[in-house]
Amino acid sequence: MFDTLSDRLQDVFKKLRGHGTLSEENIQAALREVRLALLEADVNFKVVKEFVAAVAEKAVGQEVLKSLAPGQQVIKVVHEQLVALLGGESVGLTLTGRQPVVVMMVGLQGSGKTTSAGKLAHMLKGKGRKPYLVPADVYRPAAIEQLRVLGEKLAVPVHPSRADQDPVAICQQAFHAAQQNGCDTVLIDTAGRLHVDEPLMEELRRIKEAVQPAEILFVADAMTGQDAVTVADKFNQDLAVSGVILTKLDGDARGGAALSIKKVTGRPIKFVGMGEGLEALEPFYPDRMASRILGMGDVLTLIEKAQAAVDQDKAEQLAKKIKKQGFDLEDFRDQLQQIRKLGSLEQIMGMIPGMNRLKQMQNIPKPDERELVKVEAIINSMTAKERRNHEIINASRRQRIAKGSGTDVQDVNKVIKSYTEMLKMMKKFGGKAGLGNMAGPKKKVKRPKGLFR
Amino acid sequence: MLNWFKKKLSGETPAPAASTAVAPETASAAASTPAPPEKGSLFQRLRERLGKTRDALVSRVDTLFLGRKVIDDELLDELEEILITADLGAATVLDLLTKTREQIKRDQLRDPQALKAVLKQLIQGYLAQAEQGATLAMPESGPFVIMVLGVNGVGKTTTIGKLAYKFKQAGQRVLLVAADTFRAAAIEQLQVWGERIGVEVVAQQQGADPSSVIYDALDYARPRQFDVIIIDTAGRLHTKVNLMEELKKIKRVMAKQLPGAPHETMLVLDATTGQNGISQARQFNEAVEITGLTLTKLDGTAKGGIVVNICREFKIPIRFIGIGEQMEDLRDFDPAQFVEALFGNNGGAA
Repeated sequence: MFDTLSDRLQDVFKKLRGHGTLSEENIQAALREVRLALLEADVNFKVVKEFVAAVAEKAVGQEVLKSLAPGQQVIKVVHEQLVALLGGESVGLTLTGRQPVVVMMVGLQGSGKTTSAGKLAHMLKGKGRKPYLVPADVYRPAAIEQLRVLGEKLAVPVHPSRADQDPVAICQQAFHAAQQNGCDTVLIDTAGRLHVDEPLMEELRRIKEAVQPAEILFVADAMTGQDAVTVADKFNQDLAVSGVILTKLDGDARGGAALSIKKVTGRPIKFVGMGEGLEALEPFYPDRMASRILGMGDVLTLIEKAQAAVDQDKAEQLAKKIKKQGFDLEDFRDQLQQIRKLGSLEQIMGMIPGMNRLKQMQNIPKPDERELVKVEAIINSMTAKERRNHEIINASRRQRIAKGSGTDVQDVNKVIKSYTEMLKMMKKFGGKAGLGNMAGPKKKVKRPKGLFR
Repeated sequence: MLNWFKKKLSGETPAPAASTAVAPETASAAASTPAPPEKGSLFQRLRERLGKTRDALVSRVDTLFLGRKVIDDELLDELEEILITADLGAATVLDLLTKTREQIKRDQLRDPQALKAVLKQLIQGYLAQAEQGATLAMPESGPFVIMVLGVNGVGKTTTIGKLAYKFKQAGQRVLLVAADTFRAAAIEQLQVWGERIGVEVVAQQQGADPSSVIYDALDYARPRQFDVIIIDTAGRLHTKVNLMEELKKIKRVMAKQLPGAPHETMLVLDATTGQNGISQARQFNEAVEITGLTLTKLDGTAKGGIVVNICREFKIPIRFIGIGEQMEDLRDFDPAQFVEALFGNNGGAA
């Protein structure tokens, strides 16, 4: 996501880096590029105008001209400005007050309200709350059924709405039903509607009046173009939206809509949808997003994910074991599994700085999840003895393993080869190779001769 | 426009489907459209819907031109912004403006009003470009297979419902295939549409392999003389490698079962989509070769300018536009009319 925007800005800054100092002239040229890049990224033109003006004011001032690294300075200004525009700190849901608390999802058709409602229910359940899903979309065929299926998957109760009921009545009944069922969070999935459809907007206002939601979340598609501003503004004016969920950010949308919506509504973006799975809802971090926009990668998210996925105890066990007995194929498999827990390889790559630039290159083969599955299958097809000592794996054993895992002998050879290479690498680290200790001892910095006599 | 559709129609029933008649005619002929469930006249409705697009762009363009005697950089800059706001995309706008600037330099153009005519012509040129060479291989015999695809939430299933209704109205035997086995209740959604229109729907359970659903569906269709088979696929982001591979496989399976199928590979695009639409068109086109586009949700305030952009880059023709949630809210796309509506002074209720 935001790949192309970061690319454009990076190109701009490369030009800036080439200059020793910044003149007003080349700042103007750079700002023109920034403006174009933002426009191409679907940021609304009014927002772009203000953004560029604010950056120009800061950049053309002394701050930049006197600083030692002008290019860096401009990056900093643009970055700060982006963070400021996207909103300071990340904001969660406000679920205090009268229980059950009502959360209402609103937005255009196809923006991802129902899926987001399911993801939100999953997230809240994980936090110990008791969500109650309420389908209030009586218009689209099978919309109620869709939420019912999601609820079943999540083991979250779903209100038995019927398509012949009035949505306002559904929500009122659902509120009482939730109370009786001992649920503390009511998630209302409203029908997608156009912001210019007055009768349907009126319906939303009536629902709001009837159930007094603590949160009204405007669900917006990250791929939305210039119109994002108009839509968000209307929903906000009619309903006083409390926050935004930005969906489909796992695609390659440049996501300018995020900037526009935040700017126009002044409401925080609370969550982002990062995939089709029900756990693919992440909190929105303005600072990380801004870094990402500037091509600095989303390292923080990756680190956080790694911490959650890698079992700390297991890692320590492994480190101890390696010291004592060495690193066998079973450990190799464990490591692979831990990598896979981080998410799809593509997702991980997107978070590493610089990688999003690589991804743009056409002919580079995309990482294949199936390769990892294959490796696992191969290791699983070995006997325990083989896993402990790879040296006994001879030609006939290799053939058996290949058959057992449904692969070729070449694949088996490849796995063993990459394992032995890893083994060699670990030996270089003097047996200290555990997780987290890979950096090795710090080198002593040599003092340049002639400095300290 | 849509020769293939008309060809199909002319052979069998003398076109009761209203919209086929709309495109070449003008407002005066609107009353003669015989679509039964229409409230206002079809054409009027289309104009009304497109009106939002037109108002947003044209009124601003007109204010811009008003009171200007010369074309200067300021005017061109403002024009650039207006076109960009219509989602035409920075690159397309740049191209448009460079071309107009060239004309100014050659002194062919002095009057700001003429500038508008030139812009109109250029945009229409992009749209017409896509129309050329958009010949479609009609099957000699057997059903006409349409495969519908797009990213999540653009309105594939709804478009299929409307499309099926259109064909049904034209007296065709239609079969719908529910190959979106991923999203919860997608199958039910298509089945509801099938019931509503009165066409058959072939489906399996959720989670089934889409290719096998299609394989079986084509088996089912073979002895049963269907004229049109429309296949609903799961929404997928164009960046997901494995899902695009799945799409390729679906297409392969289809071609194996029924040589020549799919005869139309239709990408559905949301009019509110910004420049990402280009990326969508590119990736889907690379994977399965798109032969036609449908632009949905034009009844909002979205300008739909992305269409111009896509036509310019990929020369893929736009077949239909979706302008509402009702069965009959699917219209043929007519480039001349589209641009006319974009730039026309005040078409109003002519």
